[in-house]
Amino acid sequence: MTVPRIRFTFWKAIFLFIMAAGVYCTFLRFFRGLGASTNLSDQFPWGLWIGFDVMCGVMLAAGGFTLTAAVEIFNIKRFHSIVRPTILTAFLGYLLVCAALMYDLGLPWNIWHPLVMRNPHSVMFEVAWCVMLYTTVLALEFSPIVLEHFQLKRALKVIRSVMVVFVILGVLLSTLHQSSLGTLYLIMPNKLHPFWWSPLLPVFFFVSAIAVGLAMTIFESSMSSKYFGRELELPILRDLGRVLVVVLALYGILRFEDLYHRGVLNLVLVSSYQQHFFLLEIFLSVVAPLGLLLIPKVRESAQGLYLAAVLTLLGFVTNRLNVTITGVENAGARYTPKWTEVVITAMFVALGFAIFGLVARYLPIFPEEKVHIPALSEPEARFAEVVVPVHAGD
Amino acid sequence: MSKGILYDATQCIGCKQCEQACATENGLPYDDLIADQQITSAHKYTAILIKDDKFMRKLCMNCDDPACASVCPVGAMKKTALGPVTYDKGRCMGCRYCMAACPFGVPKYEWEKAVPGVRKCIMCSKRVAQGKQTACAEICPTGATKFGDREQLLEEAKKRIHDNPGKYLPHIFGETEVGGTSVMLLSSVPFNLFGFRTDLTERALPMYTYQVLSRIPDFVPLFGTMLGGIYWITHRREDVAEAEAQEKKQKGGER
Repeated sequence: MTVPRIRFTFWKAIFLFIMAAGVYCTFLRFFRGLGASTNLSDQFPWGLWIGFDVMCGVMLAAGGFTLTAAVEIFNIKRFHSIVRPTILTAFLGYLLVCAALMYDLGLPWNIWHPLVMRNPHSVMFEVAWCVMLYTTVLALEFSPIVLEHFQLKRALKVIRSVMVVFVILGVLLSTLHQSSLGTLYLIMPNKLHPFWWSPLLPVFFFVSAIAVGLAMTIFESSMSSKYFGRELELPILRDLGRVLVVVLALYGILRFEDLYHRGVLNLVLVSSYQQHFFLLEIFLSVVAPLGLLLIPKVRESAQGLYLAAVLTLLGFVTNRLNVTITGVENAGARYTPKWTEVVITAMFVALGFAIFGLVARYLPIFPEEKVHIPALSEPEARFAEVVVPVHAGD
Repeated sequence: MSKGILYDATQCIGCKQCEQACATENGLPYDDLIADQQITSAHKYTAILIKDDKFMRKLCMNCDDPACASVCPVGAMKKTALGPVTYDKGRCMGCRYCMAACPFGVPKYEWEKAVPGVRKCIMCSKRVAQGKQTACAEICPTGATKFGDREQLLEEAKKRIHDNPGKYLPHIFGETEVGGTSVMLLSSVPFNLFGFRTDLTERALPMYTYQVLSRIPDFVPLFGTMLGGIYWITHRREDVAEAEAQEKKQKGGER
C-alpha cells in the first residue's frame, strides 16, 4: 500500500491565497453591497455569479444524475465503481451552487420565500423547488457512504431498501431543472441574441447537461487517478467516451438544424462580436471533442479521453456564459466581471476541489480493493470488506 | 375597467412637472441635477427624454401580461386588476429575474444598498385604487399625459392619429407591444430615436415560458413511470438470468 500523493504544496499555497482573497470579497459583498462588489448594473442584472456559479455549477454537477440513471435505472453494472465519486461531485456542486446563490441574491435571507410564496408561472420558482429537492435527494444518495464509514448497518439497510425511489426522483428532478435553466431565457426573445435564443433552449440545456455529466465523469476519474494514486478504469472511460460521441453529435446536429429553421444560419458566416464567441463555443463543445473522439487511437487512450473531456467542459462553460452574458450583451450593455466577482467564483471552484479531496480521503468513495484509506482502523476495514459486496449488488 | 395612461409627445412641452410630482408622490429626492438626468433609475421612476425639439416620456409600461410578474418566483411583482404592476419588497429575495426579463429595461435596483430592493413606477397604484389619477397625469399642464380607462384612451389615440394626418406616426406604442400595455405612447418621430425597441413581439412574453411550464404536470407522471418501468425491465432480466444460472447449477449437481 502506498501513501496517497496529496503533498502538492504549490496548490495548497494557491488555495490559501484564494481563500484569503475570498474572505475579503465576502466582506465587501455583504457589508458594502452588490454595487461595491460587482460590475452588475440596471442594464446587466445577471453576471458571472449567475452565469458561472449557478448555470455552470448545476451543469457540471450533471454527472450525478447521468451516472445514477445509467447504473441504477438502466442497470449498466460496469459503471458501478464510478457512481460514488459522481454523486459526491454532484452533491458538492449543488451545495456550492446554493452557497454562491447567497452571494448573488440581493436579499439572501429571504431565500426560503419560494417555499411559502408561490408563483407556479415562474420558471425560477420551479428551478428553486427542483434544486432544493434534488439537493436533498443527493444528500440521501450520498448518505450510505457516511453510514458505511460509521457502521450504521440498520440505517444503511433502511436507506438501501428505498434508494430506487430516490434515484428515480433524482433523475426526474434533474431532467426538470437542467432543462429549466434554459427555459429561464425563453422569456427574452428580443433580448437574447438569435444564436442562443431558441424555443429549444430547454432541450439544448438538457442534452448538454448529459454530455457534461459524461465529460465530468471522465475528467474526475482521471484527476482521481492522478492525485489519489487510483488505478484508472480505462475500459469504463472508453465506454463513456463512446456515449459522449453520440450525445455531442446529436447536440451539434440539433443546434444547427435549429439555427437553419429559425433562418439565422447565415449569421454564422458574418463576422461579429457574438459570432466570434459562438464559433469558439461550437469549436470547443462540439467540433474539437468530436474530432478527437472519432480517432480510434485517441478514443482508446487515457490522455485522449481526458483532453476531449476537458474540451467538452470548456465548450459548454462557454455556452452557458454565452447565453447569460455574450448573448444578452446584444441588448446594448457590456459587462466584464469585477475582480471581486472573479475571486468569489474562484473561491467556490477551489472549495469544490478541496472538499472533494478531503471527502475522498476519509470516506469510502472509491471501491475498497482499489484505494488506500489512511484513516481506516481494523474493524472498519473488516466492515468495509463485508459491506462492499453487498453494495455492489444494489 | 382597467386604467391606463396615454402620453402624447406632440402636446408635451418638456416642463418635467410629471417628474417632480412623481418624486413627491413616491418620496424620492428631486432637484435640478436629477431633473437633468434623462434616464430612469432607482431614484427616478419617470424621465422626460429630449431630442432637439422633440420629447418622449419614459416610465414603466405596466404591461397587460407583464414578464416581471410572470417570472417572479415569490410573486413580489403583481398585475392589479386596475392596471398598475406593483412590487412588494417584503416578498422579494433579490433574484433580479424581473430586471432580466423586462423587455423595456424598466425595473431598477438599489445596487448601493446593503438591503436592496427593486424600484420602478407602479402607476400610483394607491391613488388609482382610491379612484384618483396618477400624480403625473394630474399635474400635467397640457394634457400630454392623460389618465383614464385604457380602452377609451386607445380609442382616443386612434382618433388623434386619424384626425391629424401627418402629425403622428401611425403607431400607438403599447397597443400591441408584448401583448399590450397600460401605458401608451404617441409620437411624431420614430420611437427608436429615444431608445425604444420597435422590433418587440406582439405576443405576451409569459406565454413563451408558460407553454413549457404548463406541460410539466403531465410530464412528471409519464417520465417517472418510464424510469420506473425501465428499472423494472432491466432488473427483471437480471433476476431471470440469475434464476436460470441457479437452475443450471442444480441440474449440474444432480448429474
